[in-house]
Amino acid sequence: MSDRRDFIGTALGAFAGLGALGALYAAKRTWDPLPSVKAAGFTTVDVSKAEENVLYTEMWRGKPVFILKVPKDAKPDEAPNGRDENAYEDPRLIKIGNDKFLVAIGLCTHLGCIPEYFAANKKFICACHGGQFNAAGEVLKAPPPSPLVIPPFKIVGTQLILGEEGPEYKQLKAQGLVA
Amino acid sequence: MAHFDPNARPFSHKWLNERLAIDTLKRVLSTEYWIPKNINFLWAMGMVLAVTFGLLLLSGIFLLMYYIPDTKQAFDSVNYTIMQEVGFGWLWRHIHAVAASVVFLIIYIHMFTGIYYGSYKRGRELIWISGMLLFVTFSAEAFSGYMLPWGQMSYWAGMVITNLFSMGSLEWNWLVEWIRGDYVPGQAFLGRFFMLHVLLLPLVIIGLIIFHFGTLRIPHVNNQDGEEIDFEAEAEKWKAGKRKEAKVIPFNPVFLSKDVFVLGVYFIFFFYLVFYHYQFAMDPINFDPADPLKTPPHIYPEWYFLWSYEILRPFPKDPGLIAFGFAQVIFFFLPFLDRSPNVAPANRRRPFRCWFWLLLIDMVALTILGKLPPVGIYTTLGTIFAWLFIILWIALPFITKREKLVGGKK
Repeated sequence: MSDRRDFIGTALGAFAGLGALGALYAAKRTWDPLPSVKAAGFTTVDVSKAEENVLYTEMWRGKPVFILKVPKDAKPDEAPNGRDENAYEDPRLIKIGNDKFLVAIGLCTHLGCIPEYFAANKKFICACHGGQFNAAGEVLKAPPPSPLVIPPFKIVGTQLILGEEGPEYKQLKAQGLVA
Repeated sequence: MAHFDPNARPFSHKWLNERLAIDTLKRVLSTEYWIPKNINFLWAMGMVLAVTFGLLLLSGIFLLMYYIPDTKQAFDSVNYTIMQEVGFGWLWRHIHAVAASVVFLIIYIHMFTGIYYGSYKRGRELIWISGMLLFVTFSAEAFSGYMLPWGQMSYWAGMVITNLFSMGSLEWNWLVEWIRGDYVPGQAFLGRFFMLHVLLLPLVIIGLIIFHFGTLRIPHVNNQDGEEIDFEAEAEKWKAGKRKEAKVIPFNPVFLSKDVFVLGVYFIFFFYLVFYHYQFAMDPINFDPADPLKTPPHIYPEWYFLWSYEILRPFPKDPGLIAFGFAQVIFFFLPFLDRSPNVAPANRRRPFRCWFWLLLIDMVALTILGKLPPVGIYTTLGTIFAWLFIILWIALPFITKREKLVGGKK
């Protein structure tokens, strides 16, 4: 008798457990980003018409992305931390065609303000706490703890697809240069 | 079947008693629920909290009628519709904002009262733990509510706090994106935090409050001397008319009348804030609509989260997160970290007395530093006080283990 009750109890518990698991999965999926949100997570930018030393800001996943065709001489006028080398030689720059580009999320790595590009000085200055970056996004002056972050990208001809990890991005990532 | 008197007038006392046992209910829940006499006004904080939660619920119901959980309309629905068009809309908003802030002040007083008098000791562990669960749920409720006006501080606080879930170097961006339902806070984010704020979390809070009351029933509330009272025997004295001799009083009407007095004083303070000083609960930066392309220069949480924010801040990324996690959960373990069997006020328990005041001063200092920019001497002080917090908790089992027995009564 008690065996039968135990069996019925266990069976009920097992079925209810399965149902609960299924409901949990459905709840999890309901919280997932919607397909439309995910589709909007990719931004395609054509860089063929970009002018040298002019900063372009694109929106990608709600964040500004800096795109800068770096001139051959991209030495900053002054570097408070002494790192005033020519940013054109920086390995973080991305080669598209015959040009080198800075592609980076335009948020200061200190507290997320948006730095401004000063073309004549060849550097970014953040108005919030005075952080500075060179044309390759490397820090020239604290407080930012790290260079501007490079978003996932893929190069197709002269087009840049933000949000997708292409071979060039994976290579930079492997070298630890993206963040 | 039970006996039902066919002659009982419908809805008369007898009629109700036969169907609902209202006399028994009243006796069990109020007139024979015993409270020690030896307590002070700090024992009224529970009722103050319950009433403040009631005010939040009530004002929230009115706000809910006009609030629109849409990223394009939320800001105006609060700052224009509710504040300027709805009759007395400003009143509900100011009550809601002030109560959300003040409720944490009372929670902290309630918590430190419990710590001071040892009201988490053997038999009362579940009171403490359910109270801590309430604290965490209230924190989530406050945070989710803060998102709703969709101002600059809402947006960026949402960004920063959800970013914590990337777990530092683990870079769990998938978890952050899952919580947000988007890469950045957007419509999906606002919708789900709206749901959490107005339905799921309030339901959990109400359930936890009932549980919190339940955990109190058998061990009863503590008293000013940590004395172990035989509640049954003392209750008998009261019922036999020996009211002076009895160490207990019934919850209703005796203790409740004292609660109501404290509530009266509290309401003077509360409505003074609502009518004359509500600005403290409304950050001016949040009167700018959310702008994903412009970060406010200083992002700081509301005052009640500052101490744990300050524990996060002075450390590098990963250790900071670990310290922050430590600060969030460590209070739960208080009943087990305090190894002393003494149930007595902190001033009679040395060196616990020093521990208590150091912890209180440390948390006040962390709160003040959390509001100041992290530069120069503030960074140094922040680091010292954050370490002090951690060291105090690690030291607690050792210093309480060596504590001398002081006995319940003075």
